Amino acid sequence: MNFTLKIWRQRSHSEPGQMVRYDVDGVTPGMSFLEMMDLLNEQLTVGGEEPVAFDSDCREGICGMCSMVINGQAHGPARATTTCQLYMRQFEDGEEISVEPWRAAAFPLLRDLVVDRSAFDRIMQAGGYISVHSGPKPEPNSIPIENALAEEALDAACCIGCGACVAACPNGAAMLYTAAKVSHLGILPQGQPERYTRVTRMVAQMEHEGFGSCRNYAECEAACPKEISIKFIGRMNRDYLTATLRRPIKRDGPMDSQ
Amino acid sequence: MNLEAKIPEAPIEQMWETHLDHLRLVGPRNRPHYRVIVVGSGLAGASAAASMASMGYQVDCFCFQDSPRRAHSIAAQGGINAAKDYRNDGDSVYRLFYDTQKGGDYRSREANVWRLAQLSTQIIDQAVAQGVPFAREYGGMLANRSFGGVLVERTFYCRGETGQQLLLGACSALAQQIAAGRVRMYPRTEFLDLVVIDGRARGIVVRDLVTGQISSHAAEAVVLATGGYSNIYYLSTNAKGCNVTATWRAHKRGAAFANPCFNQIHPTCIPASGEHQSKLTLMSESLRNDGRIWVPRNSEDTRAPSEISEKDRYYYLEERYPRFGNLVPRDVASRNAKNVCDDGLGVGPTGHGVYLDFRDAIADHGRDLIDDRYGNLFEMYERITGESPWKTPMRIYPAPHYTMGGLWVDYDLMTTLPGLFAIGEANFSDHGANRLGASSMMQCLADGYFIIPVTIGDYLSRHPYGEIDTNHSAFSDVERDVRDRIDGLISIRGSRSAASIHRELGQVMRDHCGIARNATGLQAALGEIPKLRERFRTELCIPGSGSDLNQSLEEAGRVEDFLDCAELMCRDALLRNESCGCHFREEHATEKGEALRDDVNFAHVTVWEHAGEGVVPEPTKEPLSFDALPLAQRNYKT
Ligand SMILES: Cc1cc2nc3c(=O)[nH]c(=O)nc-3n(C[C@H](O)[C@H](O)[C@H](O)COP(=O)(O)OP(=O)(O)OC[C@H]3O[C@@H](n4cnc5c(N)ncnc54)[C@H](O)[C@@H]3O)c2cc1C
Ligand code: FES
Repeated sequence: MNFTLKIWRQRSHSEPGQMVRYDVDGVTPGMSFLEMMDLLNEQLTVGGEEPVAFDSDCREGICGMCSMVINGQAHGPARATTTCQLYMRQFEDGEEISVEPWRAAAFPLLRDLVVDRSAFDRIMQAGGYISVHSGPKPEPNSIPIENALAEEALDAACCIGCGACVAACPNGAAMLYTAAKVSHLGILPQGQPERYTRVTRMVAQMEHEGFGSCRNYAECEAACPKEISIKFIGRMNRDYLTATLRRPIKRDGPMDSQ
Repeated sequence: MNLEAKIPEAPIEQMWETHLDHLRLVGPRNRPHYRVIVVGSGLAGASAAASMASMGYQVDCFCFQDSPRRAHSIAAQGGINAAKDYRNDGDSVYRLFYDTQKGGDYRSREANVWRLAQLSTQIIDQAVAQGVPFAREYGGMLANRSFGGVLVERTFYCRGETGQQLLLGACSALAQQIAAGRVRMYPRTEFLDLVVIDGRARGIVVRDLVTGQISSHAAEAVVLATGGYSNIYYLSTNAKGCNVTATWRAHKRGAAFANPCFNQIHPTCIPASGEHQSKLTLMSESLRNDGRIWVPRNSEDTRAPSEISEKDRYYYLEERYPRFGNLVPRDVASRNAKNVCDDGLGVGPTGHGVYLDFRDAIADHGRDLIDDRYGNLFEMYERITGESPWKTPMRIYPAPHYTMGGLWVDYDLMTTLPGLFAIGEANFSDHGANRLGASSMMQCLADGYFIIPVTIGDYLSRHPYGEIDTNHSAFSDVERDVRDRIDGLISIRGSRSAASIHRELGQVMRDHCGIARNATGLQAALGEIPKLRERFRTELCIPGSGSDLNQSLEEAGRVEDFLDCAELMCRDALLRNESCGCHFREEHATEKGEALRDDVNFAHVTVWEHAGEGVVPEPTKEPLSFDALPLAQRNYKT
């Protein structure tokens, strides 16, 4: 198979970027999209040109590192699929394919297709945890957790933090990501003590990072490689509201033994 | 070389407690004065960094991905073992110890293995407290399944993504400590060298992968949690970035490397489809619980699998190992797959594949249950191959997966270099010559949550804090070495990518130091690797410079270290003139083709010190003793 690729090239955040055209041949239908990009990079390297920078690691759809907007869609045309799990058999021989980075105000571009998603980590640092030290803990079966509840928590917890939801959102909002994180812990009994401080802090951090606001386009859900449901956004909004109503209760931050 | 493992004087059941009672401690007021560097944020690194920070130590944590949560541990699928005996099927600490020792073919240190089994139950408690959503039974109790090579159900899991959930748990603890200012996290930063001052590890030199800046970091101790090096084979189940760089460069600075040739080849991976392949995808081993493995009896049989009748199917594991059937340990399963394919019975376009069939399981248990258990794995398989396991059997073939070899550590997890610790897959670990399924995550988290936080205190308490900072000349010397090396690589200006040379190295290693090995092949590899290295040094091409984001440079540095390590692996495999666990020397097999150990000459750990560029190293041996579980030949047949 042969393809014409139009790829976004940009040396750094401060320099201008542009779409550059490349022809790549010798592609097979069993190649993944990233293997096709490897092939192009091999051709560029041998020709002495700088290869296209892109992020990837696990290449099996779980680390959330890969991140390309392919033909205008975050992670490309296939449903519930990361870029690394997209196979060339999905494309027509001879097709022209555009490849761009995640574009969002809160994800500054570093180079070519590589962006800075550290804002996601800072949302987690704002409250995406249950405060426990390492050491002896109670027997876990002493708190039975309904199977359906554990599964629902997992439906949220399976977020791989890739940022496709932000890239797909016309407003560059991070509601689906934040909601998935808030809900994972908020659903479980262990997460109850910090439930409302958590949602308040994480939402505040999300806003602070410059993510856009949610207008219910639901593009995030459509682009999510793990098919995380926007119902979690509703859930987070409810928790947030409850937290606002509870806010007068003064707390001095998380308890710390140090 | 001092290979004193510091195993406590006590009966095995009480060793760890006895040790804890006698370790020196650092008091809570003093802990914030000590700085510890943790390289790696996988299960081992994240749990260690978070645990030490929450005790009050200052921690600097590094990873090369853009977020700690993306460490390769995220990809672990199947589950984590713990001797909880929730199923009342006779499990116990002793039984888990026994399984691990036997599975490792008696090439691990008993004291460490016992401790691992003991700590296993606490890991589950810790993870649940953090909010890890393990699978539950309908009554709300934690669910279990069984996993390769054992007769009890002791594996805890979260669908097919146990690694992601455990890592998110550890990383959430890490996030809390980052927010509290006790951990400084450095993502997109690669460890490139270790700084040793007066015989102690005192810091590291790293490269910022975005700006290319080289910088130094000083600390009172350094912990490497940088994972395994299966990518030496180019094609493996590991993530693209997995490397040997951190442990190898520490090795060159004085840390000894143990059993480098012990590498596990995982039996259930999707076979390679062609030349371009960049990695192999693992299908969780849990699939072997319900899937049946077979090949056609007749090599000429070209019928579609569904048309092949029962009598023409060769369920070779069930026939050869009636008691364990499809659940034999990984090395046995891998070797048998290679055997039947070598005999021409392999299936698929390359002939390097066997069937893993769910037809009977779907008929017996119903589609819903199978979907519950493996739905996402089936989907993954279909996405990659374009074939549905609901309709036709999967095709699988073994792939390099896990390295039991690594930096030698004592009972405190300290390497031969004082102040340098190694945890998780990076150390030579507790798995001997073969690791059982669902045991790596257990070891990573035992090391990180429960062992290193206390053993490091014993070391730190013996040394004052804050005497050295990065102004010490040793740091500028190492920085200069690192810069020279990068400049050297960039100035080659040849015409080949590092990846293309890596691919060749992988082929050499798969051919000669893979599932089966022999002296002739290993010698051939030892002849070929230096030639490859020469080609690397003259033909490598790295476009661009070292002063910004340059993925070709990152890759070249890793390949250079793989080339060196590959040679040591082959040397180690050649020297170990016996078969044990995953190390199958064709010269040493029983009549039935099973691994034949030589306990008289090889019941030891082979420990290698770096002897200098181009000098052939001489190994030292750490003898192993077998008091709690006497030596016996592994037998999965009866
Ligand atoms: C596909 C797959 C499935 C698996 N399934 C299971 C399972 O079901 N059960 C089980 O018990 N085990 C499983 N394993 C094994 C297990 O996942 C790993 O052995 C374990 O996660 C290793 O963890 P770690 O913390 O030691 O290292 P890793 O998770 O590999 O982390 C290494 C860390 O070190 C960092 N690092 C590495 N090199 C450098 C460097 N030079 N500079 C800076 N940072 C560096 C990385 O950024 C990363 O943060 C599986 C493995 C694979 C590949
Ligand atoms: S590379 Fe890990 S999800 Fe794509």
